[in-house]
Amino acid sequence: MTTTTKPVKKKNWFVRLMNMDTSGSKGSGEKLPLYRQLGIQLLCILITIEVMFPILYIITLSLSSTGVRPSKLELFPKEISLVAFKEVLTRPTANPVDFITLLRNSALLSITVGLVSLLVAVTAAYAFARFKFKLRQVLMIMVFIPLLMPAVGLSTPLFLLMNSFRLVNCPGGVTAFYPFTACDAGAFGKVIFNLRDSLLGVGIAMISTALPFAVWNLKGYLDTIPKELEEAASIDGADSNQVFWQIVLPLALPQLAVTFFLGFIGYWQEFLLPWLFLTKPEDYTLAMTLYNMTGQYANSIPWNRFAAMAIIVALPVAIVYVILQKQIVSGLTAGGVKG
Amino acid sequence: MAIKPVTVRRKTDLRRVFQPYLYLLPAFLVLSVITFYPLVYQVIISFTDFQTKDLLLGLNSPKLQFIGLQNYKQIIFGGLPVQNFEFIRVLFYNLWWAITNVMVHVPAGVLIAVLLNVKGVWFKKIYRAIYVLPVVIPPIVVGTVWRNIFNEQYGAMNQALTWIVQLFGSDTVVHLRWLESYTPPIPWLLPTGALPLAYYAMMIANFWLGWPFMTLVATGALQSIPRELYEAAEIDGASKTYQFLHVTVPLLRPAMIPAAMYGFTLSFNLFNFVYFMTGGGPSRMTEILVTFAYDLVRNLRLYGVAGAFAVIIFFVAIAIFLITNKLTRATESYAES
Repeated sequence: MTTTTKPVKKKNWFVRLMNMDTSGSKGSGEKLPLYRQLGIQLLCILITIEVMFPILYIITLSLSSTGVRPSKLELFPKEISLVAFKEVLTRPTANPVDFITLLRNSALLSITVGLVSLLVAVTAAYAFARFKFKLRQVLMIMVFIPLLMPAVGLSTPLFLLMNSFRLVNCPGGVTAFYPFTACDAGAFGKVIFNLRDSLLGVGIAMISTALPFAVWNLKGYLDTIPKELEEAASIDGADSNQVFWQIVLPLALPQLAVTFFLGFIGYWQEFLLPWLFLTKPEDYTLAMTLYNMTGQYANSIPWNRFAAMAIIVALPVAIVYVILQKQIVSGLTAGGVKG
Repeated sequence: MAIKPVTVRRKTDLRRVFQPYLYLLPAFLVLSVITFYPLVYQVIISFTDFQTKDLLLGLNSPKLQFIGLQNYKQIIFGGLPVQNFEFIRVLFYNLWWAITNVMVHVPAGVLIAVLLNVKGVWFKKIYRAIYVLPVVIPPIVVGTVWRNIFNEQYGAMNQALTWIVQLFGSDTVVHLRWLESYTPPIPWLLPTGALPLAYYAMMIANFWLGWPFMTLVATGALQSIPRELYEAAEIDGASKTYQFLHVTVPLLRPAMIPAAMYGFTLSFNLFNFVYFMTGGGPSRMTEILVTFAYDLVRNLRLYGVAGAFAVIIFFVAIAIFLITNKLTRATESYAES
């Protein structure tokens, strides 16, 4: 784009197009000339095609009744059949697991991890936001360090830690709880429960990164609540516990909900830890199933079923996102990581 | 901070000293068991040859050997029992991947936001609603869907290209091996390791995923620019282009720099998308640090090496955080002055 201060008349089309008023829709002013309007509309339609291309493609695939892979490009469904959805809902994988179990596992993990981390985090966030104490800086950095670490960074020690908790049926008929009690030396029993290979273990491991996130996010919000209300309450004789439970917590409720849903969006897609930890098909989550449908062993999966599954996995997140769009964008951009 | 009644007794004083720690107790109890302890454990095993044989007994395993810095040396200078892995190449590819993504997403996002902010454009609301769609779809779904689109035989991309080629009268059927081809289209682009076709495929897919977020941020910033500034510029005789470059761009910068830094960090560690789309293939040519770290634990089961690798990643992450934070702060003061 060239800088120009001359009148727009004798410019080529590109400069004319770039020379438009970009100052926003508010206020009066001259109407947009038609050729410029049409130029912009053309660009907007091209961008719309770019955005809609994969979406239309996957919807078309999911609505086809045959699992045959498409031999030529189809972006609009020729038929509307819910066979693929029905098949996915009745028998999502080659394993004997039904859809409800997968859904339950995904929902259980994402909702409990979100709730537990929130409940544990809220008092700590309040302490960081309101109290002045000696170790404040040090402890805040300690909470911040896990946030810097990419999720995969903690997966090795968490795997080993969870793997060390096992219930074993020893040969003598005794049950040993590793690592606290063990079978007799040299004797190997049958493992009846491995914390690592369970949803509980995955959930605990997920909290290790969910908790610092919740503390940090809530602290950022509590910082913005004006202190006057709390000061008024304490002048009226409320002690700080009452201030927290009766003034701050009700005020922070909307932000608690936003933090929960922000977490939910992430944990719903959580793949890394479950895929590393879990081996039993009845513990699988929707994200793992989706991966199974595209991985190297997926050549037998009909694409209409894959498409249906992709839509089902995307739906809850998309709904939450659309409802909370404003809060999410402002939460991500304004003061996300500030000390 | 709380204003207390005048009579302060020793007991309440003590309580006030300990109260913050009481509030911190639940979170720190949990964190110390499942976050801090594993972090320390990680550092310890990074100095050992921890493998599957040690899974049962952990650090008490009699076969476990402390091997000092050998894991770190092998990761950085080579010697790991892993094919197709060179640390420097993966690191530079990872940086290149993140930088090129941001360099494409931010300008595209800003231009589209500006385009939709032009006064009097028809169907503005509809376009805005459509353009936000990629943001709301989970990256794991985006990755898998684009993986199918780039399928050599049945994928939509080759079919669309065939359609376009046939529009120009040719009857060739496009058979690009997007995700499998080894030969780099532009061999000289990155000196530390050639970029396979899969890189471009991922750039296309991640472009789809990335620019709408930048548009969202830029639209918010555009709407907060006071209209008077444009009017003043108008009176001074500034052209629309001049206004864009000297009013819009500088005022967008404070919002776009943090968004770009956020996008950079996100792309740098974009595990789910990369793992679902190519899994780092072909032969680790599109592997980034986090996907390789995952491969070390999940498939290669070299827990000691994985621990060392995570420690290295941690230092890379700290370096990136410090740099991006500094850049963000620098532009903040620029905006205030």
